[in-house]
Amino acid sequence: MLESITLLLVFQLAGEVITLMTGLPVPGPVIGMGLLFATLALRGHVSNDLRQTAQNLLQHLSLLFVPAGVGVMLHVQRLKDEWWPLLAAVVVSTLLTLVVTAWVLHALQPATEKPTDAAP
Amino acid sequence: MTPRITDIWVYLSATPLLGLTLTLLAYQAALWMHVRCNRHPAANPVLLAVAMLVALLSLTGTPYATYFDGAQFVHFLLGPATVALAIPLYAQWTRLRRMLLPIAIGLLIGSLTAAFSAVLAGHLAGGSTASLLSLAPKSVTTPIAMGIAERLGGLPSLTAVLVILTGILGAIVARPLFTRIGFTDPAATGFAIGIASHGIGTARAFQENEQSGAFAALAMGLNGFATAMLLPWLLPYLMRALG
Repeated sequence: MLESITLLLVFQLAGEVITLMTGLPVPGPVIGMGLLFATLALRGHVSNDLRQTAQNLLQHLSLLFVPAGVGVMLHVQRLKDEWWPLLAAVVVSTLLTLVVTAWVLHALQPATEKPTDAAP
Repeated sequence: MTPRITDIWVYLSATPLLGLTLTLLAYQAALWMHVRCNRHPAANPVLLAVAMLVALLSLTGTPYATYFDGAQFVHFLLGPATVALAIPLYAQWTRLRRMLLPIAIGLLIGSLTAAFSAVLAGHLAGGSTASLLSLAPKSVTTPIAMGIAERLGGLPSLTAVLVILTGILGAIVARPLFTRIGFTDPAATGFAIGIASHGIGTARAFQENEQSGAFAALAMGLNGFATAMLLPWLLPYLMRALG
């Protein structure tokens, strides 16, 4: 548990350092996720302890968004003034993105999974 | 003389303990309600917890900054949790490897659809430029989205709210929507959920299916990269076209 949490923080820290040094517009934790994924892929296995810790942390992923969500308090005026364009944008874009993305994967997947199909 | 309850509140709200404890209590109450509603997607735990906390803070006149002094400890865990997404992702590695091309194309199209359709719809409905720029990165996970909004000239804290709204909406509508149009593949639908509604959608996807959640996590991470790279470069063209 302690080891795995330290490992996650070390990867996050490495991600932050890379972001600061390269000026990449991607936050440190996302780079850290990429680094950890690459490490696991190279090593070829995940320890039980790490798997368990990740599961515990991700089980309540929703909780972690609550503090930022409460920030809605700060924007009551703008939300009142512009509720219609903001709502229209969020609803239209979310529905469209869900359908379009799932459709693209749906349409492309069988073709690339056929072993005879050479990838371009 | 015993202190009045308001005095106790004023004292406690000056320490991180209150914001932190309230966040955990509200979330557990929200989870309890979610279960009582037979896990109906509309009874979203984030939505319920946020509503309870906003009501409480407004009623007691507690500023958001005071609340966040305590809640930041929960907020901080978003970092290690994002890193931890590598583990379920790795579990899908064999399936992932066979899908690299569809994933790359789906990412590109999905990422641009999310940003451009939001800006277009917001523009058509009469949104201000500041709102449009804040809307553009709304499908990306909170910390990345705020960074992109800043770079674009939007309002990062408004973006954070729009990101959460998008996530909650995606978590609520995705499953009924996919059932209706007949998409059942957990990988493809999970990926779409991750592109459209980042971590909140991913959390929901994990509740349903491990594979769906892993693909949502992958999509969320990739979309963070893709949007951060593409949007500052492409969005000015769209904004110029809209005038």
